[in-house]
Amino acid sequence: MSTTLFDKVWDSHVVRKVKDGPDVFFIDRHLIHEVTSPVAFVGLKSRGLSVLYPEKTFAVADHNTPTINQHLPVKDPLSANQLKTLEDNASEFGISHWGLGHQNNGIVHVVGPENGITLPGATIVCGDSHTSTHGAFGAIAFGIGTSEVEMVLTTQCIMQQKPKKMRININGNLLKGVTPKDVGLYIISQLTTSGATGYFVEYAGNVFENMTMEGRMTVCNLSIEMGARGGMIAPDNKTFEYIEGLAMTPKGADWDKAMKYWETLKTDADATFDKEFNFNAVDIEPMITYGTNPGMGIGISQNIPTADAVEGGKATYEKSLSYMGYEENEPMLGKKIDYVFVGSCTNGRIEDFRDFASIIKGKQKAKNVTVWLVPGSHVVESKIKEEGIIDILNDAGFILRQPGCSACLAMNDDKVPAGKYAISTSNRNFEGRQGPGSRTLLASPLVAAAAAISGVVTDPRTLI
Amino acid sequence: MAYDKYTTLTSTAVPLPIENVDTDQIIPARFLKATKRVGFGDNLFRDWRYNADDSLKEKFVLNNPIYSGKILVGGKNFGSGSSREHAAWSVYDYGFRCVVSSFFADIFKNNCLNVGVLPVQVSPGFAEQIFTAIYDDATIKLEINLEKQTITILSTGAQESFDINGYKKENMLNGFDDIDYLQNIKDDIETFATTRPF
Ligand code: SF4
Repeated sequence: MSTTLFDKVWDSHVVRKVKDGPDVFFIDRHLIHEVTSPVAFVGLKSRGLSVLYPEKTFAVADHNTPTINQHLPVKDPLSANQLKTLEDNASEFGISHWGLGHQNNGIVHVVGPENGITLPGATIVCGDSHTSTHGAFGAIAFGIGTSEVEMVLTTQCIMQQKPKKMRININGNLLKGVTPKDVGLYIISQLTTSGATGYFVEYAGNVFENMTMEGRMTVCNLSIEMGARGGMIAPDNKTFEYIEGLAMTPKGADWDKAMKYWETLKTDADATFDKEFNFNAVDIEPMITYGTNPGMGIGISQNIPTADAVEGGKATYEKSLSYMGYEENEPMLGKKIDYVFVGSCTNGRIEDFRDFASIIKGKQKAKNVTVWLVPGSHVVESKIKEEGIIDILNDAGFILRQPGCSACLAMNDDKVPAGKYAISTSNRNFEGRQGPGSRTLLASPLVAAAAAISGVVTDPRTLI
Repeated sequence: MAYDKYTTLTSTAVPLPIENVDTDQIIPARFLKATKRVGFGDNLFRDWRYNADDSLKEKFVLNNPIYSGKILVGGKNFGSGSSREHAAWSVYDYGFRCVVSSFFADIFKNNCLNVGVLPVQVSPGFAEQIFTAIYDDATIKLEINLEKQTITILSTGAQESFDINGYKKENMLNGFDDIDYLQNIKDDIETFATTRPF
C-alpha cells in the first residue's frame, strides 16, 4: 500500500494500539529545558519512579537565561532556582546537561540539530511547542505537556492519537527578499492559527527542496502556529550532508545502515492526504504581522485588512487592533518601531544573521531603536565571529548578545516595555508575549534589519 | 499527576466569548518560574485580571462577582499557542473542572485531559446558546455528564453530546492517568526499544 512519509515514521514507532484510544508511541530523543521539566521530576520522585533511558534525554538551559554576562551568577532568584533544579535533576538521573556557559548551550531546538541529536526518521519530543522545528530533517517532532515529559522520562513513551495528514505544496521561484520566514507566515495567514489543528503537515514542492536546512527548520518551526501538531520535510542529500559527522550521528557501518533506511523516507507517489493545499511561490511577499496572533500577517506593502475581510469575530479583531494601536486599512510601511529582536528558534541560526548583515552592511543603526541580536547557540555565535559578520554588526552600531530564548518569550530581562513596538524574528505576537503590554510585529531577519536602520517598518527590497 | 475521579458536574459557568485565547494569556510566561505545581490559579489570566499596579480590572469576567462556577465557557480556538501545561494547571487550580468551547487547540486539550480538566467541544450554535443563556441569567447551571458524554443547559433543557476517546474517558472516570497505564506495559516497551536503530 502507498504510504506517506509521516505514516512510515509514525507506524514504526507504535509499541501497541490501545482499543478505542491512543497509540503507545515510542520516543527516540527527548529534549528537556528548565521551565517545563521540574514538575515532571517532582511527579516522578513522588511516585518513586526512575528514568528508563537517561541516554535518550538531553537537558538544555535556555528559556530563562540572561543574554549578557553569562559568566556571572543569574540575578533573578526564581530563574536561578529553575536552572539549578534542571542541573540537579539531570545529575541525579544521569542525563546530559548543557547548562549556561557549556559550549553546546543554546536554544534547545537550535542545539539539537547542531549536535546530531535530530535525525531523519526519529521521533523527538520536548516540553515546548516549537519542537516541530526538528521535522526539517524528516523526523516526527512535536511539543508535549509536562505530564507527558514525565511519561517519557519514566517509560520513553507517550500516549498519542495519530493525527490526520496534510500536505502543503509550494512550487515556483521565491521573489527577491522573500525568505523561509515569509513562506511560513504566508501559509499561516492563509490557513489561520487553527487551520491545521489535528493535522501533521508535510511540506512539499520545489520551494522546500531548494531551501537550506536552516530555512526548512524555520518553516517547520512555524507549523505549530497554524495549529498543526508538527510539520516535516522528506530528507534528501542536503539533510544527509548537514548531519554527517556531527557529534551524535551514527558513524561507519551504523551510518551506512541508517542511510539505507533514511533513503526510504519519502511519500509514495500515489499516497493520499486528508487535506492538501497548493500555493504559488510568486504570490509571497516579505510578510509582517499587524495583530495579536501569527495568522494576522500580510505582505509588507499591503494595508491592514478591514474586519469584514478576516475570518472570525469582529469583536476579537477589534480588540486585537486596539491592543496594537492600529486602525483598519492603514499601511504597515512607515510605522514606528522601538525595538528589534533577531533570534529565537525560528530565526536565530547563522543564515539569519547573514541575512541581517546583508542589509545593514555599511549603514548605521537608527537612533530610536533598541536592538537585541541573540544567536541561537554558541555554535551560531562562533560562526558569526568566524565569518566576520560581527565586524559588520559592530561597524553599524550593533552589539551581539549571548545565546538563549531571550525576548522570544521575555522570561529573562529582555522585555519590551508596555506600549512599545518590536519587530521580532520570533514566532509569537500574542498580547504581552515580549513583556507585559508589548506590541510585536513578526517578520524575517531582512525586514528586521530594514527597520533597525530606518526606525520604521521598511520594505527590505528597497535596500537589497 | 493522578487526580480525583470525574463524575457528573453540575455548575454555573463563567462566559469568556473571546476567540483564539492563547496560553500566553491564560498564564503569562513570567509566571512559569516555579519548580512545583502550586499557586498557578492566582495568575490565571493575570494580565486580563490585573492592571500593572496589581489593581483589579473590574471589567474582566473573572472579576465580576455575578459569574462563578466550575465551568469556563470560552470562544473558538481556545488554548492555542505555547504547549505549557501550566495553562491547564492554572485553569484547574483556579477551580475549573471543565472548559467548553466550539474548538480547542490540540496540545491544550491533551494537557487538560492529563490534569483532570474536561475539555468539552460543542457546536458553534450550541456555544451561542450557552452564552445567551448565561447572559440572560448568570445563575443558570450546565450539567456535564461524562459517562453519557452529554452537556445540558439545565434552564432550557437544550442538550448536545460531545466526543472523548474511550480510553481517556475511562481514565477520567477512574482517576487514572497515562503513567499508570504505561508502567503496566513496561516490559513491552523495553522489548520494543531493542528494535530501534538509534
Ligand atoms: S526561542 Fe521562543 S519559541 Fe523557541 S524554544 Fe525558546 S521560547 Fe520557545
